Amino acid sequence: MNIEDIKKPENIVYKKSALLTDTPMHYCPGCSHGTVHKLVAEVIEEMGIQEETIAISPVGCSVFAYNYIDVDWQQAAHGRAPALATATKRLMPEKYVFTYQGDGDLASIGTAEIIHACSRGENIVVIFINNGIYGMTGGQMAPTTLLGMKTATTPYGRDAKLNGFPLVLAPMIAQLDGTAFITRQAVHTAAAARKAKAAIKKAFEYSQKGIGLSFVEIVSTCNSGWKMSPTAANKWMVENMFPKYPLGDIKDVLKNE
Amino acid sequence: MAEKILMKGNEAIAISAIRNGADGYFGYPITPQSEVMETLMKERPWLTTGMVVLQAESETSSINMVYGGACCGKKVMTSSSSPGISLMCEGISYLAGAELPCVVVNCQRGGPGLGTIQASQSDYNQCVKGGGHGDYNAIVLAPASAQDMYDHVDLGFDLAFKYRTPVIILADGIIGQMMEKVELREEKPRMTAEQIKEIAPWATYGKTADRSYNVITSLAMESDVHEKFNQKLGAKYAEIKEKEVRYETYMADDAEYIFTAFGCSSRICEAVVDILREEGIKAGLIRPVTLFPFPTKKLAELSETVKSMMSIELNMGQMVDDVRLAVNGKCPVGFYGRQGGNIFTPEEIVAEFKKFNNLK
Amino acid sequence: MAFKGAIEVDVQKCKGCSVCVENCPTKSIELSKKVNNKGYHYAEMVGEACIGCSNCAIVCPDSVITVYRVKI
Repeated sequence: MNIEDIKKPENIVYKKSALLTDTPMHYCPGCSHGTVHKLVAEVIEEMGIQEETIAISPVGCSVFAYNYIDVDWQQAAHGRAPALATATKRLMPEKYVFTYQGDGDLASIGTAEIIHACSRGENIVVIFINNGIYGMTGGQMAPTTLLGMKTATTPYGRDAKLNGFPLVLAPMIAQLDGTAFITRQAVHTAAAARKAKAAIKKAFEYSQKGIGLSFVEIVSTCNSGWKMSPTAANKWMVENMFPKYPLGDIKDVLKNE
Repeated sequence: MAEKILMKGNEAIAISAIRNGADGYFGYPITPQSEVMETLMKERPWLTTGMVVLQAESETSSINMVYGGACCGKKVMTSSSSPGISLMCEGISYLAGAELPCVVVNCQRGGPGLGTIQASQSDYNQCVKGGGHGDYNAIVLAPASAQDMYDHVDLGFDLAFKYRTPVIILADGIIGQMMEKVELREEKPRMTAEQIKEIAPWATYGKTADRSYNVITSLAMESDVHEKFNQKLGAKYAEIKEKEVRYETYMADDAEYIFTAFGCSSRICEAVVDILREEGIKAGLIRPVTLFPFPTKKLAELSETVKSMMSIELNMGQMVDDVRLAVNGKCPVGFYGRQGGNIFTPEEIVAEFKKFNNLK
Repeated sequence: MAFKGAIEVDVQKCKGCSVCVENCPTKSIELSKKVNNKGYHYAEMVGEACIGCSNCAIVCPDSVITVYRVKI
C-alpha cells in the first residue's frame, strides 16, 4: 500500500482538536505552551464540556491563550487568575473553570491568589507552566529560575545570595488541606505528553467532585529565553530542570479510593 | 406604607445588595466599613437568594473576584475604605478597560498612607479622576444618608449594566457608621441565566452553539485598535456626562451665594444655609449626587448670577478644582476643609464664608 | 499485528522546531530543505517506515500534523 492510499479520512488516527482555532499560535517554534494548549483542548473536547468551560488567561506569553481554544475566556490582571476563577466557580458551580498561568504570574506576583485559592479549596483547575524564566518580557529571572541559570536579570547566573533560591511551589500547596490533586508533568516527549494529558483530564474531573483545587504543573522550556534550539532546550530541561522539579504526582486525595 | 428600619449606612449597603438581587459580594475587612461584610455574613443570603458572599485574602483579590464575577454577567460588588481602594485601583482600571459592570463602595477614611480610621473625603481625586492607570472614568455616586446608601446600590447596578462600567459609591466613615431610618424598597430578584444571556450577551457563561466564544480582556496590542477603543470609552463617558448628571439643590433658586458639598459635608451645609438665610443672606447649596459625571452645566449656569461659590469638603481641597473648572472664572470660588477626622461645625463654616465674602 | 502509517503536515503553519523529528521512533520525519511562506524549514515525512504512532503529532506545539494508520 502506498503512502497516498493511506491518507484517507477513514484512516485518521490523530488530528488537530476541533477546539483549537485556526489562528496560528504566536509562540516561538518548539514552545511548550502550544503543546499544553493542545492537550487542554483535547481534554475539553473528549469530555464534551466546551459549553461548560470557562478559561482564564494570565499576563505573560500565554495572555493570548484566548486566541487558540474555542471556549469562553477571561483575561486576568497579572497573577490574579485564581481570584477570577474563585468568583466564577462560586457563581456558576456547575461550570468547569480553569486558569492557565506561567511561573512569573503564578509563583511571583500571584502567590497570594494561588495560595489562598488552594487554601480555600476552590474547585478549580490550575495549569501552571514552569519554564524558569519570564518569556514575554524578554527572558528575565523568574521565581523558579534555577541557581546558576543565566537570564536577562541574572546575566552571571542566579546567585542565591543575590537573587534568593528557586521557589518550588507544588509541594508547598500540597500541604494545604484545600488541594485535591497536585501533579508535575512535562510535554517534551510523546509519552510525557500522554501522561500530562491524563493528568489534565483527571484535574478537570476532580474539579466537579467538590474536593478542592487541582494543580497541574508542566515543567516546560522557553528555548528563546534559554537561548537554545527547541530540541536542545528539551535536553537541558531533562538534565537541569527535572532534578529540581521532578515529575510525578505529589498529592492525590482519591488515590486509594 | 413601606417598611422602615433603623440601620447603619454600611448595613444598608448589605441589606440593599441582598434585596436588589446582587449575585456576589467579595470583600476584605477594613475600618470603617467592616459592617458591610459582617451584615452579609450574618444574613446568609446564600440560603435565601443564592447570593455568594466571600471574605477574600486581600482587597487586591476582592476586586479581581469582582472582575471574574462581572465577566460572567453577574451583579457583583465589593466594599472597602481608602487604603483598600488604593489596592483595588489596579482592578478598577481593568474593569473599566474590559468594560465590566460592578459596584465598589468606598467608605472613606483619612489618608495618605494608613492615615486615620476617622471619616474623610480625601479620595475624591482618587475615585473621580481615575486612581488606576489609563484613560478611564468610573461613575461615582456620593450618598449623603443611609437611605442613599441603600438606594445607590440599586442605582449603581443599573448604571453599571447600562454602560458596562464600574460604579463607585463614594461614601465616608460618617455615612457608613451613622444610624438612620431606611425605607426598604421593593425587592428585585437575581437575574436568571436566561436574563443574563439577554442583558450581557458578551459574558463568559460558557460558549453556546449559537455564538462564537466570548473573550473578556482589556488588552489591545495594535495602536489603531487601542486608540479606537479609547475613543469608544471616551464616547461612552461623554454620553454619561450628557445623560446621568444627578444633583440636589437646597435654597439655590434665588441664591446669591452657593455652597458646593457632597456626602456628609452637604448635610452640614444645609444647616449653614439655614443660619445665613435667617441673617438675610441668600445662600444656597448644590450637592452633587454624581461626582462623575459632575454637575458642571448647573454650576456654570449659576456662576452667571451668583456673587461667589464655596466648596466645603473634608479634605485639603479636591472637588473645588471641578467647581473652578465649571465656573471658569465667572465668579470667585472659595474653599474650606477639615482633615484628620475633624468635622466642621455650621458656625465655623459661616465664619469662613463671611471672611471669604467680606461680610459681617 | 503491524501498522503502516503516514502523516500530513500543515506546511504553512509548521515552525520547523523539529520536536517531532526527535520523537519519531522510525526516523520518518525530517525538516525539509525547502521553506514555507514564513521561512521555516517545515517537517515532512520521509521513507515508508512510518507506523502511524502519532508521537510526532502529540508533541507538535502547533498541532500541524495529521496522522493516518492502516493495519497490514
